[in-house]
Amino acid sequence: MLAYLLRRILYAIPILIGVNLLTFALFFVVNTPDDMARMQLGIKRVTPDAIAKWEHQHGYDKPLLLNFSASGTGKISDTIFWQKSASMFVLDFGYSDDGRDIGREISTRMGPSLAIALPTFLVGLAVYVSFALLMTLFRGTALDIAGVGLCVLLMSVSALFYIIGGQFVVSKLWHLVPISGYESNLGAVKFVVLPVFIGVIGSIGSSSRWYRTIFLEEIGKDYVRTARAKGLSEMGVLFRHVLKNAMIPILTGVVVVIPLLFMGSLLTEAFFGIPGLGSYTIDAINAQDFSVVRAMVFLGSLLYIAGLILTDISYTIVDPRVRLQ
Amino acid sequence: MSFMPVILWSDALVFLLLAAGISCAWYVRRHEHLLLPWQRVAQNPTAMVSLLVLSLFLLVGLLDTLHYRILLPENDNGQKVYSPEVLSVFDKLLAPLRTHTEKTYSAPLAMILYAKENISEANGLVSREYPRLRYGGAHLSGPQQRDGDVLKRGLSGALAGLLAGLLIALAGRRPLAGRGWPVRPLLIATLIISAVIGMTAGLACAYHVLGTDKVGQDVLYLSLKSIRTGLIIGTVTTLVTLPLALLLGIAAGYLRGWVDDVIQYIYTVLSSIPSVLLIAAAVLMMQVTIDTHPQWFDTSASRADLRLVFLCLILGVTSWTGLCRLLRGETLKLREMEYIQAAQAFGVPSLRILTRHILPNVMHIVLISLVMDFSGLVLAEAVLSYVGVGVDPSMISFGTMINAARLEMGRDPVVWWALASAFGFMLALVLAANLFADAVRDAFDPRLNHSATAA
Repeated sequence: MLAYLLRRILYAIPILIGVNLLTFALFFVVNTPDDMARMQLGIKRVTPDAIAKWEHQHGYDKPLLLNFSASGTGKISDTIFWQKSASMFVLDFGYSDDGRDIGREISTRMGPSLAIALPTFLVGLAVYVSFALLMTLFRGTALDIAGVGLCVLLMSVSALFYIIGGQFVVSKLWHLVPISGYESNLGAVKFVVLPVFIGVIGSIGSSSRWYRTIFLEEIGKDYVRTARAKGLSEMGVLFRHVLKNAMIPILTGVVVVIPLLFMGSLLTEAFFGIPGLGSYTIDAINAQDFSVVRAMVFLGSLLYIAGLILTDISYTIVDPRVRLQ
Repeated sequence: MSFMPVILWSDALVFLLLAAGISCAWYVRRHEHLLLPWQRVAQNPTAMVSLLVLSLFLLVGLLDTLHYRILLPENDNGQKVYSPEVLSVFDKLLAPLRTHTEKTYSAPLAMILYAKENISEANGLVSREYPRLRYGGAHLSGPQQRDGDVLKRGLSGALAGLLAGLLIALAGRRPLAGRGWPVRPLLIATLIISAVIGMTAGLACAYHVLGTDKVGQDVLYLSLKSIRTGLIIGTVTTLVTLPLALLLGIAAGYLRGWVDDVIQYIYTVLSSIPSVLLIAAAVLMMQVTIDTHPQWFDTSASRADLRLVFLCLILGVTSWTGLCRLLRGETLKLREMEYIQAAQAFGVPSLRILTRHILPNVMHIVLISLVMDFSGLVLAEAVLSYVGVGVDPSMISFGTMINAARLEMGRDPVVWWALASAFGFMLALVLAANLFADAVRDAFDPRLNHSATAA
């Protein structure tokens, strides 16, 4: 198990290097730091001096990959690649273009992001699985057809509609919860309820339908027929056998997103004014703060890979046949 | 010539796709075994009604793809100068909707503006009133006439539409009836749709059917124009996804070894970056390139268009990995099949095995995945444009409409019509696409048993 984990982590390194090189190429080779400086300074204030000053302030006035003017290890370390990209491997994200420490921002903003994303994830999982089980129980009947129809309808509606409509009805018409904002500790509850509710509703269509497919695939198998022949009730079959055996495909889709919960959701956080990582990313995109976007790309893929490893571990927990070696 | 045809990048790609689609359809028609699953789709009433709705959207999108620039009156030196504004055939058809702009918001079918204004009367008195619209209901003398007029125009439009629909249905009925197509649902759908179109057209002559937005543009016009953007995002993206996924997926599955390792590495790296972030990063960098090279573009439309094409490219690059993984798996399975091994034993060259034996047997996966992706891409466009990494803000799309309207729900009274129309049109498009995609999946998925329908 330990050896397997170590190997998986070692496998992750080349992938992270790939991500790193990709973002490096995207941010520094496709456009030179000169272009970025022009963009940041605006059309009017562009002078060679201003560009040079901006680049120096942000540490972009170095060669890309190899610095021939430096000596010793400085040849490699005194470059944009080393200082801006390679340093992310030790989680040193550097400073944003407006001079803030990105690492600090990330650690303070993870909390609010998680406060929204974790309840959404847990409540969502429970709702989707129950809804899918209900449809499976009544498979082939009008109830099932209506449920699938509802799912298709719900998944055809834009996520923006749920958020804008939800905010309008619940906050503006009914005055149940504040429209947006955030407080720490217990005060957060009234700000969290609506985003969580909308988040759950938002993906009920696609998720329930997906779980229903998994359950239906499982319910057609021979062991289910045997269980029924043995005289087990339909509910017993569903919960004792189908749900348990459907765990593997469910876990494949579910566990991988758990680490990504830290990143929050761009849309939800932007609409509800949650000071989390999602709104941080949106603000960075709007302010064209490239350092922050670069850091978030790297962090995102790091968490995704962590999710993949977690998925493998979770298999061993639900399925004793799986041994990791 | 009084106009100059303009072929924007996206137009060219749409024509390319159209040509590919038509040649595929022609090829399928001539091959009985390929036609069979499509006949199953054609017998499905939901799918055919969805297809009817989709083809209407497609028609609007295609008309909106034929672009041109009109010749301006000659200037002093007698040079030919074309207008910097790029128009489409669709704009020409809906010229009244496009040009009849009001001052600011007005509600659907209204004849007055949304906000009160100071109006100075002839006797010098200034009163605060809702001013009349310039075009909406301008033929009426007083507000009390409006309801009757709306009813009259709506009904007569609907009746005319119904009549036209009836004619179309009668003409189309005979050739369809013999083929097991669901004639009755199609007939009903045709009648309903033509009545709705007729009613809208009847009302649109004199009113803003869906109101006007902040700068007074007709919301119906904006919604119809958004269709092209959505369709392009949903379809042109496949031009990137398809070659990448097919080529790399089949190569990885068939050749295995180091090729497989490299390709797997590439798609693991790409799929490990959360797609929104990758798209955001790529769009930001693309915007820098576009902004620093203004000399590339002769009109603002061509700049917005290039951004759209780039967006499709980026969406394609981020979304081919799933299909590639599926194709790799399927190819790995197929290459162990007896008939492939027999072909190998006979010494058939690899390339021929790939094109003759593997490719046709993975096409159902490709088709299912393409039709399933379409609706997701249309929805993604709205979200991305809202976040600010979607289409150019000057390009009319569902995302930019929603983005422009997002603060309107906070106004009092609520300005709901722009948002509602954007969401409504998007829902119609995506729902039709989803229902059609489901039918295609059901017809093509070999895991589902079709013995009942085939018998």
